[in-house]
Amino acid sequence: MAILTKEEARALMLKTLSYSKADECEVNLTGNDSGNIRYARNAVSTSGRISQNSLVVSSAYGKKSGVATINEFDDASLEKVVRRSEELAQLAPENPEYVSVLGPQTYAEAINYIPATAAITPKFRADAVAQSLQITKENKAIGAGFWEDNNGFSAMMNSKGLFAYNASTNVNFSITVRTEDGKGSGYATRGYNDVTKLDTRIATQIATEKAVKSATAKAIEPGKYTVILEPAAVAVLLERIFFGLDARQADEGRSFLSMAGGKTKLGEKLVDERVNIYSDPLDPDLPTSTWNGDGRPQEKTIWIEKGVVKNLSYSRYWAAKKEVKAVPGPDSAIMQGGTKSLMELIAGTKKGILVTRLYYIRDVDPQSLLLTGLTRDGTFYIENGKIQYPVKNFRFNESPVIMLNNLEEIGITERTVSEESNNNYLLPALKVRDFTFTSLSDAV
Amino acid sequence: MGATAAMMPGIPVIGMPTDPERMLKKVDPSLKKQMADVALNAARGKGATYTDVRIGRYLNQFVVTREDKVQNIVNTESYGMGIRVVANGGWGFAATDKLDHDSIAKAAELAVAIAKENSRLLTEPVQLAPQKGYGEVSWKAPIEKNGFEVPIKEKVDLLLSVNSAAMKGGANYITSLLFLVNEQKYFASTDGSYIDQDIHRIWPAFFITAIDAASGKFETRNALSTPIGMGYEYLDARPQDKIQGITTLYKGRYDMLEDARAAGVQVKEKITAKSVEPGKYDVVLDPSHLWLTIHESAGHPTELDRVLGYEANFAGTSFLTLDKWESKKFNYGNKLVNIVADKTQVGSLGAVGYDDEGVKCGQWDIIKDGILVNYQTIRDQAHILGLNASQGCCYADNWSSVQFQRMPNISLQPGKEKKSVDDLIKGVEKGIYIIGDGSFSIDQQRYNFQFGGQLFYEIKNGKITGMLKDVAYQSNTQEFWNSCAGIADQSDYRLGGSFFDGKGQPPQSSAVSHGCATARFNGVNVINTSRKIG
Repeated sequence: MAILTKEEARALMLKTLSYSKADECEVNLTGNDSGNIRYARNAVSTSGRISQNSLVVSSAYGKKSGVATINEFDDASLEKVVRRSEELAQLAPENPEYVSVLGPQTYAEAINYIPATAAITPKFRADAVAQSLQITKENKAIGAGFWEDNNGFSAMMNSKGLFAYNASTNVNFSITVRTEDGKGSGYATRGYNDVTKLDTRIATQIATEKAVKSATAKAIEPGKYTVILEPAAVAVLLERIFFGLDARQADEGRSFLSMAGGKTKLGEKLVDERVNIYSDPLDPDLPTSTWNGDGRPQEKTIWIEKGVVKNLSYSRYWAAKKEVKAVPGPDSAIMQGGTKSLMELIAGTKKGILVTRLYYIRDVDPQSLLLTGLTRDGTFYIENGKIQYPVKNFRFNESPVIMLNNLEEIGITERTVSEESNNNYLLPALKVRDFTFTSLSDAV
Repeated sequence: MGATAAMMPGIPVIGMPTDPERMLKKVDPSLKKQMADVALNAARGKGATYTDVRIGRYLNQFVVTREDKVQNIVNTESYGMGIRVVANGGWGFAATDKLDHDSIAKAAELAVAIAKENSRLLTEPVQLAPQKGYGEVSWKAPIEKNGFEVPIKEKVDLLLSVNSAAMKGGANYITSLLFLVNEQKYFASTDGSYIDQDIHRIWPAFFITAIDAASGKFETRNALSTPIGMGYEYLDARPQDKIQGITTLYKGRYDMLEDARAAGVQVKEKITAKSVEPGKYDVVLDPSHLWLTIHESAGHPTELDRVLGYEANFAGTSFLTLDKWESKKFNYGNKLVNIVADKTQVGSLGAVGYDDEGVKCGQWDIIKDGILVNYQTIRDQAHILGLNASQGCCYADNWSSVQFQRMPNISLQPGKEKKSVDDLIKGVEKGIYIIGDGSFSIDQQRYNFQFGGQLFYEIKNGKITGMLKDVAYQSNTQEFWNSCAGIADQSDYRLGGSFFDGKGQPPQSSAVSHGCATARFNGVNVINTSRKIG
């Protein structure tokens, strides 16, 4: 059954709730049809399609709750899953942090479902890959790429009358092109809700050019450099800030947003005053669901404004304890961009390094949000406003918080994909001074 | 990628919640055989020249607590079928959680349709190493105590006493958890195998934070346990399973309460510990730390799919190219370094009877006396190395994922001469003894790496002089393994590992162990990781 309409989902969940005898009951229903195709060495390697549904029932007696699930949807199965969750709730210890389910909410109409993406066929995927491979073969280069499309829905309903439904589509594509001699490598990534915006040829062309231009890279000394980070490289660094916008961690003193004396950086200046970061489920270029996993409405939220932390996210429990609005964490994030293209950022750089992609990002110190990782698939030395030559890859140790304090310029915002989380964001290229490279890597 | 999320308190919940009673019931193998035959016949009927079917029931249990409360008790189950076919010379795959005969047949037909559609994008047809059918066989992990049968209350009580012990020691916050896994896997193929396997894993862990409110500084200390291929008996620690030293270490069994007690004190000590002076040090690495360095710098670069370029877009390729293997003289490390691949070691995370292509598992050398001698292969790669059989390294993390080449256990062999950890430390003039795994990162061809840890002790003139913090070391794989200056003997050999070795697109997690004894490496570059923001 995989994809249910709003009314089909409502009917199924109403029936499920009709079996409930607990103090509270909440039902979550999801379905997903996803397809993928993977290629390497200029040929397809694996490809598949997965279809699945799940119905999760949470029942509660006082502060005791139990969860059970099923993927069969006849009446007997629906009653069985409700009974099972109730039995588990009776057996569970009390959770002092249990919060009663939400009452009915009002949600904006989401815009993240595109029929064209939902209609993708195996042939469509294969054609898109064929177009990509045509570019790599024409250029005597070797392509490895991945395409994954998703067509899914989520719905929830509870005994207080809350009902929420969202259908969504997404397609992510990435391509790494290597020269035949293995001395050059280039990368491009794209993510959209609407597959008609995705052109695998253009992305492959960019990756191929980077591969050719990055061959026979020179080694230069590690150290502090001005860097221009392309949006895909910015994504893997800034998302660590997005993931860390949790009030409880900050209040408890164990976050980069914590301060001495039990204070937090909420309301404090954290980064350069040109930095504005927000989330907006109705942004036409990055639409997301208009409700979050526990039924709270997702609204446009400013997280950092003019460099000052304006909001942190709260669980409903922590918000009640702190007597503040329970702002849910963002599904995605947008950093307000400038007006300069990547080429204009390069043109205005006396000495610096252009970074296409960052890889294997890991936390080193949660106190400063220090991260480590490496450049990859196209790293170039810039002098006097021009790319001069490719350079060998570096390991960096840098905090995105320090980086946003060392901001030189902000490029135009574009939609990009984090290769670490697969999340889509709207982010600009950034020019940053004193970015810390700590060693060289021989990797191509 | 690498052992992603191995140290993360945010545990991914794979599958769907279910109830404990249901988790103890098994699906009858004869029913699975019937379902498998429907898929095999449907695919054959549509023109598949090879088909394999995996019917998987993946059970997880998470018990998560923080400080004095139970945060979550979740039982998840994921049950369905993945069908992989070769048609027109190419692979196709489809998966379904609807296991009626019609849905199975439709999924098989879809897998064939996908293979045919994609065959126009092939440069050469799939070439499978021969594999005999085993008929109807089974394999079961040799566990002593099924963790799913242990009452939830016993687990909750253990974790809450762990939390209490850590808090009494000096911790301000602690999250503790038990993560239990049971994979019930059924494999069938057109080669004539019907293989039923029952695999168990367990990971007890905690994550502690201590805070100095006045300065706003905080430090963390994670458990020194390891995910392991055992039952609940892993938590029944006996005196002979403990290694006494600057802190107690565990071999084969784990005393969670004792470790938490020590951790509570140590995390507080870390706040005031000396910040490391960057420079060259001889490092002595405990197995609770070294397993991860082995994983990243020996395990991943010897995966043949990476060497060949199949992971180029995501996890990367490898510096251990085929010419280095063909030369039979590439010095990966010095003569002390012997690294073995295996899928059979009892208690290891990688141990199974048969891999996810129906290949019986075994053991083989990867690095012999420092020289690269072999890789990790599956059926469609074996011919590239001139092998006439797969090495049995195929794995899928779920019925809904397509199987591909995954790392077997990759282990550093202990030193052949009698040598203790004290013997290793005695010879060090300026060094650091590192215990526990921490931050980890390595480049896409596995040259340049950086590792942190949990506990760092300064060594001066052969003696441990005190605790250090802000330590990470950076090195190059070949340089590092050639700087190996001693490995403790078999009596110190222990397993480390991860539930979350990430690789592939869509990404899949694999559980893998790495055995080793404590080892010393000379002249390693240590950096200071302390920074100040705001």
